[in-house]
Amino acid sequence: MKMRVINLIKRAAAVLLFAPALALAADASVNLDKAPVSTEPAALQHGAKLFVNYCLNCHGASYVRYNQLENIGLSEQMIRDNLLFTGEKVGDLMKIAMQREDGKAWFGAAPPDLSVIARSRASGDGSGADWLYTYLRQFYRDTERPTGWNNVIFENVGMPHVLWELQGEQVAKVTQNANGSKHVELSLAKPGKLSVEEYDKAVADLVSFLVWMGEPVAEKRKAIGTVVLIFLAGFFVLAYALKKNYWKDIH
Amino acid sequence: MTTKSQAVLNWIDERFPLTSSIKGHLTEYYAPKNFNFWYFFGSLALMVLVIQILTGIFLVMHYKPDASLNAAGVPVAFASVEYIMREVPGGWLIRYLHSTGASAFFIVVYLHMFRGLLYGSYRKPRELIWIFGTLIFLVLMAEAFMGYLLPWGQMSFWGAQVIVNLFSAIPVIGPDLSLVIRGDFVVSDATLNRFFSFHVIAVPLVLIGLVAAHIIALHEVGSNNPDGVEIKKKKDANGIPLDGIPFHPYYTVKDIVGVVAFLFFFSAVVFFAPEGGGYFLEFNNFIPADPLKTPPHIAPVWYFTPFYSILRAVTYPLFGLDAKFWGVVAMGASVVIIAFLPWLDRSPVKSIRYKGPIFKIAVAIFVVCFFILGYLGVLPPTPGRTLVSQICSVLYFAFFLLMPWYSKLDKCKAEPERVNFK
Repeated sequence: MKMRVINLIKRAAAVLLFAPALALAADASVNLDKAPVSTEPAALQHGAKLFVNYCLNCHGASYVRYNQLENIGLSEQMIRDNLLFTGEKVGDLMKIAMQREDGKAWFGAAPPDLSVIARSRASGDGSGADWLYTYLRQFYRDTERPTGWNNVIFENVGMPHVLWELQGEQVAKVTQNANGSKHVELSLAKPGKLSVEEYDKAVADLVSFLVWMGEPVAEKRKAIGTVVLIFLAGFFVLAYALKKNYWKDIH
Repeated sequence: MTTKSQAVLNWIDERFPLTSSIKGHLTEYYAPKNFNFWYFFGSLALMVLVIQILTGIFLVMHYKPDASLNAAGVPVAFASVEYIMREVPGGWLIRYLHSTGASAFFIVVYLHMFRGLLYGSYRKPRELIWIFGTLIFLVLMAEAFMGYLLPWGQMSFWGAQVIVNLFSAIPVIGPDLSLVIRGDFVVSDATLNRFFSFHVIAVPLVLIGLVAAHIIALHEVGSNNPDGVEIKKKKDANGIPLDGIPFHPYYTVKDIVGVVAFLFFFSAVVFFAPEGGGYFLEFNNFIPADPLKTPPHIAPVWYFTPFYSILRAVTYPLFGLDAKFWGVVAMGASVVIIAFLPWLDRSPVKSIRYKGPIFKIAVAIFVVCFFILGYLGVLPPTPGRTLVSQICSVLYFAFFLLMPWYSKLDKCKAEPERVNFK
């Protein structure tokens, strides 16, 4: 009887061993390019400029104040001179004038607030930065879309390619893979103001800024964290010595 | 002690059991001297509870349970969390401590429960401690579930929607019950406000009461230990257990070591990976709740996933009631069954150290199943995964339901007279 129970348990254990293989059927995923995210002030400032010029008309960043950009090395005067266009005050939140209802009517969906977009776009496929870096470089001409644009990793996106004058116009060659999935190959049909390398660098700076904006405290957090961990490591040594000393009489 | 402070102490002691409480619970509470690594998690759970309460108090000062949209079209509740993260001095730290604390609470509590399982801490005379503990776990799940709605992100909203909908599967009263829980026909501002109320006051009150009962019951019967022998059976001339040492100072100084080690790992997450790889703060939850946009895949937070898997594993309707209802029953049963362990375990010994191979293998299978169920609960279901979760669910319940037989059959070693302490 006991042997039977043990055998049963052994058999159950064997079932468990191959269970993960059954469970691990692959999910559909997209290929994302690794974003070269920078924390350098120059890159963040360039990204901020691109953001204010190209994004902050339809998208707000309503949790961020203009003067928080002082944390990426801009002075209040520089913010006033370069980033405030329509009479905002330097302590204002980065809001937009466009009404949500209008945005919805014009684009099919109201453009989302971008304050934490870099955090929300993370997934098993890559970081939020990777997604944004890939997305902003993979717009292509599509005459069937109302805006005239489509995107490889965000099919039928409502957003037009606002950076087209920098990147130029890409066209897509769509092929069917053997397994039925679509493969899109992009090529530059009409060059923009920037070369491919320059455009990639500009998008990288913009994405770096979006990452910074997602959590402005991130760098400070890590700096404080290092001190905290060093303190706790030291505290551990003392606490352990104290324990050893108290316990030396316990046998 | 000076005569003056002694006089003050006497004055208090005549009116309040101060000295006797300190003696009874600390300086003359005798704990077995052979506690090992697993015994840190009780005091750690208490510390995490304190962290959650303290950080929670400060979060409530700035958080707004309001689902209406602000001028920028963002729900006020969601925006208030980002306000805490950006504009409240130190707010980001308080928030990360609280969000990481939620996951840490479950890690610590799972390990604490597993300790009980290993060393038979639920056995007579500690059945009530175990029942209070199971209730704490149940209440903690409710607390975490309601707290998760408050940031009002996509996962908050849709997670709550899915879980509250489960209650509607209960026959007769289900639809009305889920209506009462939500306060509305969909998860809405009413839901957010009542969950806020429950999360910050009602449930914590119950939780603290249960924790107090858990500790009072423990100090009444005394702690178990890795050898599972009762230290109170062997006492010296003064009636002090031979293998017991006063909780204070011995275990207070020892627990400080545990606390510091825990805080090291806790801080590593808080300061360097507060999102916990998307498991402590889910990526989708950085998107404000949108009742019109269902996410393609709704996953509960990691600490619920083993039980969520059991829920999803039930795919057969029975007695004219649909599978969803039986899934809810199975999920509820998977938690409640833990409370019955004291009466399911018929082994002559308490500790796994002296139990036989069957129990050891059963525990190993149980742990593997629990991890597989937890892992599958994060993923969208496929036929293969559902089959695996069904096998694991059956084994999960078999661990408990067959225990009266296999624990009796098992060839156990004899318990020692005294605890092992090198």
